[in-house]
Formats: sequence, C-alpha cells, structure tokens
Amino acid sequence: MRLVQAVKSLFLKEFVGAVRLSLRYFFAPKATIDYPFEKGPLSPRFRGEHALRRYPNGEERCIACKLCEAVCPAQAIHIDAVPRAGDGSRRTVRYDIDMTKCIYCGFCQEACPVDAIVEGPNFEFATETREELFYDKDRLIDNGDRWERELAANIRADARWR
Amino acid sequence: MSWDTFIWLLLIALKSAALLVILLVVLALLIYVDRKVWAAVQMRRGPNVVGPWGILQSFADLIKFVLKEVVIPDSVNKGVYILAPLVVAILYLAAWAVVPVNAGWAIADLNVGILYVFAISSLAVYGVIMGGWASNSKYPFMAALRSAAQMVSYEVSIGFVIVTVLLAAGSLNLSQIVLSQQTGLGTALGLPGSFLDWYWLPLFPMFIIFFISALAETNRPPFDLVEAESELVAGHMVEYSSTPYLLFMLGEYVAITLMCALTTVLFLGGWLPIIDIAPFNWIPGVVWFVLKALLVFFFFALVKAFVPRYRFDQLMRLGWKVFLPISLFWVALTAGVLVAFDLLPGGTS
Repeated sequence: MRLVQAVKSLFLKEFVGAVRLSLRYFFAPKATIDYPFEKGPLSPRFRGEHALRRYPNGEERCIACKLCEAVCPAQAIHIDAVPRAGDGSRRTVRYDIDMTKCIYCGFCQEACPVDAIVEGPNFEFATETREELFYDKDRLIDNGDRWERELAANIRADARWR
Repeated sequence: MSWDTFIWLLLIALKSAALLVILLVVLALLIYVDRKVWAAVQMRRGPNVVGPWGILQSFADLIKFVLKEVVIPDSVNKGVYILAPLVVAILYLAAWAVVPVNAGWAIADLNVGILYVFAISSLAVYGVIMGGWASNSKYPFMAALRSAAQMVSYEVSIGFVIVTVLLAAGSLNLSQIVLSQQTGLGTALGLPGSFLDWYWLPLFPMFIIFFISALAETNRPPFDLVEAESELVAGHMVEYSSTPYLLFMLGEYVAITLMCALTTVLFLGGWLPIIDIAPFNWIPGVVWFVLKALLVFFFFALVKAFVPRYRFDQLMRLGWKVFLPISLFWVALTAGVLVAFDLLPGGTS
C-alpha cells in the first residue's frame, strides 16, 4: 500500500489532476459579479438603511408611539414627542437613529403600526466620519422621500405574507 | 582611460539600464498576471479597476508603497536593516546580466554564466538573514532562519539538476546551453529542429524537479511558509515598510522571473523557435524567449492556486529525502548514458 502511495506521489498523480481541474475552472465563467457596475438581486425583505415614510398627501406617518424605541434591542433609537401646535396630534420633534449601534434586525419596522419607519433596499451608505452615521429626523424623512417608490413596492410585494 | 573603454562602459551601462527598465515594467505586469491567474482559477475577477482590465494595478501599488512612511523601529541595527532589502533586490537584478534573451543578447556573456547565477541566488540568502537579524525581533529572526534553511536546502537539488543539464550541454555558458538544444531527440529522428530537441524531454524528471525547486527557492506557494499570508504577517519582512519592503518584494519577484528565464534557458530551448520551419523562425528569438518564460510563469501562478501549503517538515523531507536522491541518481544515470553511448558533448570519452 505504501508502495502504491509512493509511486502515485512520485508521478505527481494528484498534481496532474489538479492542473486539469484548475485549468477547467480557469476558463469557467466567473462567479463574482462586477460589483459597483453590476449588483446582485435583493429580496423585498432586505433590511438596509432606514427611512421615515409619509402618506401620499405629504403627512408624516410617524405618530410617536415609541414602539420602535421600546423594541430596539440595540437601543439605537431615540424619540422625543410633543403634541403638534395646529391639531394637537402626537408628532416627533426628534427621531434619531444611531446607525453605528443598529444591528439591522428589522424589529422597528415590525413594531411600527403605521409603516412609518422601514428598512429600505439601500446598503451603500458608508460615510467617511462616524458622526455622519448618527441619523436625525431630517435625514430619515429625506431618505423616505428619496426611496418611497422602492419602499412602497417592497411593502406591496411582501404584503401577502404579513 | 581610452575612448574605447569609455564607449564600451557606456554601452554596458545603456544595455543594463534598458534591461532594468524593461524588467521592472514586465515585473509589474507579471504581478498583475499572477493575481489574474490566481483569481481566474478561483472563478474570481481579480484586479479590474485601475486602468483597462486593471492592468495598471501594480503601478498603483508601487506608488502606494513609495509614498508610505518608512518606519525604522527604534532597536534595529540601522545599517544592516537598510542594507538587507538592497542586497536582495540588487543581487537578483545582477543575476539577469548573464541571461541570454536572444542569440548574443546578454549583457555579460560569461563562460561560467550558470555558476554566476547559482552563486548570486545563494548570496541572496544573506539578504534574508540580514533582514531578519537586523530587525532585532524574534519573529523576523526565526522566519529568516526558516527561510534561509528552505532556500539552502533546495539549492542543493537545483545544483544537481543544473549538473545534469551541464553534462548534456557540455558548457557553463547559458548561450551555449541554448545552442546545444538545437539538436537532440527530434533531429536524431530526422525531424527539423523543434521543441522535441530541448532538454525538457530527455531530462523530464529533472525539468519537474527544477520547476518545483524553483518554487521553493523563490518562496512561492506552496512553499511560501516564510510569509504564509493566512497565518503569518510577512516572515522576515515583518518590521519593514514602504520602500524597503517594496525592495524585498521586488527582489522576490525578480527571483521568480530569473527562475522562469533559467527554466526557459536550461530546458525549453531559450530563444529557439518552437519548430525551426518557415512561419515560426521568422518570429524574433526574444519573442520566443518571452513566450516560453511566460508559460513557465503561468504554471508558477497556477500552482499557487491549487496546491495547499506544505508544512515545514514536509518541505524539508521533500527537499532532502526525495529531490536530493532522485536528482543525484539522475546525475549518475545521465553521466552513465552519455559515457556508455559515447554521446558526451565535445566528443572524446
């Protein structure tokens, strides 16, 4: 048995097979995508960057119930609320998410009774400074306006299973 | 100093400068090819951002290395520390002086060219040891010892492989070795001069052993346990940064090109065309030389992709207990056959 092994290794049997295999893979189509120019598919349930949405008439959805703040396991959300001057409805004056704490678990969007806070399909929000990742309400509302089409489409696509 | 000497010196300097520039540019492209081949075997894309198809990646890396700060640790032996990478880079570059890339195209057509190359590659071990020792830290030092042990061990079998080629060629001059490959097995069968005449065929086991020893000699995967990217940082180069580190890298890659060139010269017929008939022998020899060296380099890169790294004891076992006996046996066999059939180059036996 050891003789067979010695002969095999002497004639580089494994290596010849390996050369053939690696040459086959050499000409095989690439498994990687050309990332910044070509992107992989995303599920409608993908949990990326957060956004605060509005109703079609422009009214903010968030009613400052603070369920998201309560459920957040990383305690990344901070909300301050006061009754609004005009109609006395509860509104947030401050809605901060510390994106460096966030673990993207999606509990905030699960907890939200009005689909106000959602996690969108955007995952390319790297910044050069840490401070830029402390999102405030303006940033989140702006995200919502910017991504509304995709967000609405994702919620519609996933509605059957909710 | 007479005019003739001056012009001769100037000519040598110009030739060296031309070789150096071409070598360094080719080197940068080779590093790119290396990464691309490695990536392709693993079904990745490899560098593809800098320049068309990422072809300028190595130049970007070069600029990055040069622009970084040179960190010289407090406790190092400064002179030796700076000298070590220079020794490695300059020695391997100097070895290129005797490599004939075409008929007569060698800067120094030494009649003991192969001994010169061998001596240079042995000397380069000193660069490694100096780098490891001067760093004044135990990890680089131990890595340098390992690296030196590896390089010295495989030099022994490389030596015997070269001896078999010398026996067959009857000359220590690299150009003569190439020329002696014009006739061989193929012409003995009445064919025109072709790739069948080159020494890779009659000395096939030596060809393989030379290739594998060259991998070990240049610390290439699967024998790269000196720097073993996934477990160590950089072996004897741990304490180096910026340009000194670049010089170590440069030396290493020049050593790789040198080994590719040597494989081409010793076994693949140097600048000889693949078949010595009409369309092939119109192509200049230097093109053939580069193509052959590239083929060898392709296998250097391919091996990196599919062979797992050897343990140090496996490496030593392979060097001393497998390659050394086989190459020694083949030296005896080649000499015996040459004497028995009266084939010794130069005639008389």
